[in-house]
Amino acid sequence: MKVIGFICEHAGLPAAVLAGERGMQYSPDVLLVRLPCSGRVDVVHLLRAFRDGADAVFLAACLEKNCHHLYGNLEARKRVEQAKRILDDLGLDGRRVELFNLASNQAFKFRDAAEEMVRRVEQIGPNPLGVKK
Amino acid sequence: MSASELQRLLDQGRFVVTAEIGPPRSASGEPIRKHAQSMRGYADAFNLTDNQTAMSRMSSIASAAILVQEGLEPVIQMTCRDRNRIAMQSDVLGAAALGVRNVLCISGDHQTFGNQKEAKNVYDIDPIQELMILRRMRDEGRLWSGDQLEVAPQLFLGAAANPFADPFEFRVARLAKKVKAGAQFVQTQSIYDMERFERWMEMVRERGLQEKVHILAGLMPLKSHKVALYMKTKVSGMSVPDPIIERMKAAKDPKGEGVRICVEQIERLRAIEGVHGVHLMAVNWEEIVPRIVQEAGLRSR
Amino acid sequence: MIIGAQKPLKEICSMLEGHQNILVAGCRSCVAICLAGGEKEVGVLAESLRLHSDLHGKGWRIDEVTVERQCEKEWVRGVSEKVGDKDAVLSIACGVGAQTIQALYPQVRVMPGLNTSNMGAPEEQGVFQEKCGGCGDCVLHLTGGICPIVRCAKSLLNGPCGGSQNGKCEISPDVPCAWDEIYQSLKRLGRLDMLDEPLPPKNWLPSRSGGPRKIVNDQALFTIEEKALRGKRE
Repeated sequence: MKVIGFICEHAGLPAAVLAGERGMQYSPDVLLVRLPCSGRVDVVHLLRAFRDGADAVFLAACLEKNCHHLYGNLEARKRVEQAKRILDDLGLDGRRVELFNLASNQAFKFRDAAEEMVRRVEQIGPNPLGVKK
Repeated sequence: MSASELQRLLDQGRFVVTAEIGPPRSASGEPIRKHAQSMRGYADAFNLTDNQTAMSRMSSIASAAILVQEGLEPVIQMTCRDRNRIAMQSDVLGAAALGVRNVLCISGDHQTFGNQKEAKNVYDIDPIQELMILRRMRDEGRLWSGDQLEVAPQLFLGAAANPFADPFEFRVARLAKKVKAGAQFVQTQSIYDMERFERWMEMVRERGLQEKVHILAGLMPLKSHKVALYMKTKVSGMSVPDPIIERMKAAKDPKGEGVRICVEQIERLRAIEGVHGVHLMAVNWEEIVPRIVQEAGLRSR
Repeated sequence: MIIGAQKPLKEICSMLEGHQNILVAGCRSCVAICLAGGEKEVGVLAESLRLHSDLHGKGWRIDEVTVERQCEKEWVRGVSEKVGDKDAVLSIACGVGAQTIQALYPQVRVMPGLNTSNMGAPEEQGVFQEKCGGCGDCVLHLTGGICPIVRCAKSLLNGPCGGSQNGKCEISPDVPCAWDEIYQSLKRLGRLDMLDEPLPPKNWLPSRSGGPRKIVNDQALFTIEEKALRGKRE
């Protein structure tokens, strides 16, 4: 299984680091990509991740109204919605992509987000283009 | 010189009754003949609707021709939705040749209301322009293009008026515009809000319009509480006051109550200066017209 | 500007059946503004098609290009290398752009990825509203700056009709009644007198009704002699 997490520098990343420091467990199949802001992600990146075999993709962004870059997380939300629709149209299931808002000290939320995506993959099934074990 | 019987009666100062017949979705004219037989003598003229709600039915003109055969006076309706000016002028010549004299010029429900929404609508001209065209045919004996007609049609021209649509302050100016274009009579949208109608008539009289155009007040008898609610919420351009909804809801005999309300309205309308008749639209309930006319004391024709 | 919206992905995929080497072509003009066919949209659509191809083993090769204005031959000629070896071009410009590509590259099948709709303007980001009826005989000066041909569902020139209620059109409570808007506009302008005289039946010849329209600006058009003097430019 391959789950990609796009984590923003101001919320997602510190939360992930904190989770690690506290020894919170989440699947080793989750790979993290650091971004200056969740708004940096474009729809093509999300789609490309699936073409490259990801089973699920999530974004960990600042809390609503609290984006360090003002409204990057809002832009990210619209793009995730667009990606969901495209995945549904292609029969891949839009639930494979998701946006989570959290604060930099909410380690548990980060862990829950990662685990949620793993659970979804187990429920929906692997990406047909996925990594062959 | 009156073009039609309806015009003659109105010019004589009679309080007329017109009623509506919905043509059948059928290649047989029998339903029209049946309506003609049951309604004969209870109205001075009968409107034949033109693909009402944008659903194909027997044409207004064909239905009218059948009524002429039955010895009744028809009013054809000609919407702007399905025909361009070429077809309308052609249809009017044909209608006149078949004995039709009264024409109601209306825009027609948009085709998205009907069962063939995908159809391309026409709207080459609007009802006011339709009046101008038909008036030229009658008065100058010419097509809109200027070509001479061998025989000009005799026509009595009408339009619809809606005292309940918006903007309210503009509605009477709109009526004046229709009169300027050639409207000789108007039939209004169904009235339930008598006070609003009376206010509209006041504005009409202020402009002296009641001298220039015969106003026939539209009435649609309510069959049930459900119908009343439907009229209030789903039909555009309608104003149904709550007291009427309440009456229909509380009634043990809704149909009877509907007739009672209608008869009361007729009485109130007869007292309004400038109202020269009523137009009864008993949609899918044509058979109730004789009873209403009787109970309103209008049966003397 | 011209407004359109992308066709559903399923429809596009089925249109491309039987092709292998596909160019997605966008435009930086109108369709970019209505977020339907610009460079960004080309990128997303191309990626979606690649994903579809991989999922179903179609072996599609998807290329991308965006031109300044797909309706002008000069810009479209400039991408001949990109079109070169392709067996299909999926244009997400308006219908004019798609036809221009087809005319210039008659051997490659051009398909429309966009449903071109109307002439209108953005009301706000993401909302595009039809404004102009393209009737060829504009009467905006008589109607307070509001087009009765296309903003009125019945194209009335002497409106409103009886279905106008609370400023809304009978076809939907979301559609404003153009004639109510015209009335309000003329009222604000102090020109309600514009509504006194009935407007006569419209001459529809300058509209679509008169056939495909050609407008010639003869001051710009070179004669044959002048073209010869200018030299070969094409």
